[in-house]
Amino acid sequence: MKYPRRSFLHFAGSAGAVFIAAATGLLKAGIAWAAPWNKTAFEAKSVAETLKGLGASNLIDSKDITITAPDIAENGAIVPVAVTSRIPNTQIIAIVAEKNPFPLAASFDILPGADSYVSTRLKMGQTSDVRAIVKADGKFYTASKEVKVTVGGCG
Amino acid sequence: MADPMKIRATLQGDIADVRILMRHPMETGTRKTGTSVVPLHFIQSVIIQHNGRTVLDAQWSQAISRDPFLGLRVKGAKVGDKIAVTWIDNKDDKRTDEVAVMAGS
Repeated sequence: MKYPRRSFLHFAGSAGAVFIAAATGLLKAGIAWAAPWNKTAFEAKSVAETLKGLGASNLIDSKDITITAPDIAENGAIVPVAVTSRIPNTQIIAIVAEKNPFPLAASFDILPGADSYVSTRLKMGQTSDVRAIVKADGKFYTASKEVKVTVGGCG
Repeated sequence: MADPMKIRATLQGDIADVRILMRHPMETGTRKTGTSVVPLHFIQSVIIQHNGRTVLDAQWSQAISRDPFLGLRVKGAKVGDKIAVTWIDNKDDKRTDEVAVMAGS
């Protein structure tokens, strides 16, 4: 090649950085600082597979996780669910609707600067337990609450 | 570009209570119109930044409701601080909106 050494190294260096970003799937998102989408966990069809995809094992039942959700959801397309974790050093809050075709609804990385609290609205196909999985200090904790659904909201 | 998000960030002590309403169809890929199925189209990533620092990084499934709502609490906030919300969907469309933290009532 006829490139001067300095400009070739510059090209190789920047190409290398681009390659790494592309390989980790971050470049596709167009934002280098977003966590990659966990395809394995989101495409899992059972709670067991979902937990495996999340790398969650030895789940500890915890009363320090509060799930705020209606006892009965009139409209399965819009079920408000909030999760509060009082476990110190909460790193991740994940929300699972156990009987949904794909149980994992959301996973939130709680970074320094955010309270360990999230609130959103889910579609639920049928009456099911809504389970929160919290990762804190490398360990996994869980709690669940049954939400009855009168009109399913997935289809 | 998609419709703007509605974001409200109000200070309670030194915590900003942030409520976001995004506009997105969040199609599950199972809804039929006539004989055809509407393809999967949903927000996969949401990033919340406080004065340029990422405080929440969310990954979503198609089971989040249409026109998604997200509530969170940002620590150590002051009036005038910037809260930026970015979403990216499975078609690589994205949108960012930003507000300033307001005093609570």
